[in-house]
Amino acid sequence: MRTTGRRPWLFHGGMIALAALWLLPLLLVLVTSLRTFDDLAGAGLASLPESLTLDPYSQALGAGEWRSIVNSLLITVPVVVVTLVLASMAAYGLARHRIPFRRTILLLMLAGNLLPAQLLLIPVLKLTEQFGIFDSRIGMIVVLTAVGLGFYTFVLHGFMRGIPEEVTQAAKIDGATTFGVYARIVLPLTKPAMAALGSLAFTWTFNDLLWAVTLLRDETKLPVTPAILGMQGQYFSQWNVVAAATVIAAIPTVVVFLRFQRYFISGLLIGSSK
Amino acid sequence: MATLPKTVRRGSRAPAAPRRGVRGGSREAVVLLAFVLVPFAIEMFWTFWPALNSVYISLTRWDGIAPPEFVGLDNFTRMASDETFRTALGNTVLWLVLFGGLSVLGGLALALLLDRPRRGIGIYRAIFFLPVVFSMVVTALVWRMIYQPEGVLNSLLTAVGLEDRARIWLGEPETALYALLLPALWRQVGYVMVLFLAGLKTVDPLLHEAAKMDGATAVDRFRYVTLPQLRPISTVVLAVTVIDALRSFDIVWALTKGGPYHSSELLSTYQFSTGVLGSQLGYGSALAVVIFALTIGTIIVYLVRSLREEEAA
Repeated sequence: MRTTGRRPWLFHGGMIALAALWLLPLLLVLVTSLRTFDDLAGAGLASLPESLTLDPYSQALGAGEWRSIVNSLLITVPVVVVTLVLASMAAYGLARHRIPFRRTILLLMLAGNLLPAQLLLIPVLKLTEQFGIFDSRIGMIVVLTAVGLGFYTFVLHGFMRGIPEEVTQAAKIDGATTFGVYARIVLPLTKPAMAALGSLAFTWTFNDLLWAVTLLRDETKLPVTPAILGMQGQYFSQWNVVAAATVIAAIPTVVVFLRFQRYFISGLLIGSSK
Repeated sequence: MATLPKTVRRGSRAPAAPRRGVRGGSREAVVLLAFVLVPFAIEMFWTFWPALNSVYISLTRWDGIAPPEFVGLDNFTRMASDETFRTALGNTVLWLVLFGGLSVLGGLALALLLDRPRRGIGIYRAIFFLPVVFSMVVTALVWRMIYQPEGVLNSLLTAVGLEDRARIWLGEPETALYALLLPALWRQVGYVMVLFLAGLKTVDPLLHEAAKMDGATAVDRFRYVTLPQLRPISTVVLAVTVIDALRSFDIVWALTKGGPYHSSELLSTYQFSTGVLGSQLGYGSALAVVIFALTIGTIIVYLVRSLREEEAA
């Protein structure tokens, strides 16, 4: 089973064909985003380009995509930071201290995370209205942070239990406070897990559509995911602009994925194996 | 509390007086309690509390403005005669079976093919995984160009002489739901593959060698060596897949919004248009309760079945 196959050319031939098929839709979008409107209108989507241009990108950015990308980042970055801070605090408390009902607390938090969003949409919308944070970025940040906390706490809890007891015990004997142990000992040791969860949280938050279309109405506040859906209606037949907008919207998560690739996949796995 | 009262404290804020030590200890307890209870309370307030509210709202008639009016199980009995609900429920079950089944089969197949160390395997894995990082909306727009009436798929069909097979893939009730399935799978298969690859790492290669020596065929080895050892990860994959399948919303919302004529409606999109965008908050909440019950139900059925199989084995 672990030996190299008898017919490597068969394996590679098949895999290259499948991989090419997998990448074909992406290639199509990339090429379309670099074509002129006249070229596309004349020859159709499934044709070879006559010439390449970057105009569709400036058109897409000019049509409000800059603003929506900034909106996405203004929501995503705070969500990632606050989520990691809160989840690591809870995980540290639950993993390293004999708090009564700690198992129940952990399981309740995980269960809260697994509730289908549909069950939360209507009451959460009403709650944000009551707090005056409906149709605001703050509202998005609060809700996206709160509904995700359980998963991150659960994963970090598993990770922190792996830190040897002696390390934190020694710090305490040296007079470190609870906060000191957390900030100076536990957090630095948790870095790999934090990087993994951070890149996951970034992707999930950045890609959110459901909460954005539920909690936001003002077009100037929309993050990029719902915004490009709107652009699609506006630029209905200008496929080059829609394609450019799509490519731009994908760049941030692809960058995070490539930069944190190792962590990213391990994040998915620690999430699943514990 | 883990702070030891006996410990000899050093440094400026650790004087030896025992009374200060006790007070320091209780302050530590407060800090620790805040560490756990603040995140816990925040999450509970925004998840369990709304979920409980949803269950209550599902028993009322409510337009979101006037006070809700308690109507018992009316919203649930109304579903029986609601044609759109029946379509959405049927589509959701079909989606669960096709999206769930095919992504698990495809992911498992890719994982088995890409498990053995070989040259170039990292690149193949990365390619199949790449769509996972895209949002469903990005995925949807990519595939819209393929499905357009004058898009790539129809052009290809015309090019090979099958122009009578060309259709408006997203605009015809017969094809819309299946046209949504392909992009959803394209994005999900790589994710399932990664989960199974992790599971395959735990399969002991020595067992395979032993089975081989005893004359087991590749199919036997898969059935009796690989599959049983994949059981723990399979439970995780199933839970993830069921949850993902039943909360699928983005791909449908981005491409068809449930249309044409509700033919690609899922419970999640129907819930959204009636309860969130529309003004039937009671009925919308009842639909959400049905989605929740379906999720829990499917997972419980699987768990009970696999427990029984384990007992029988």
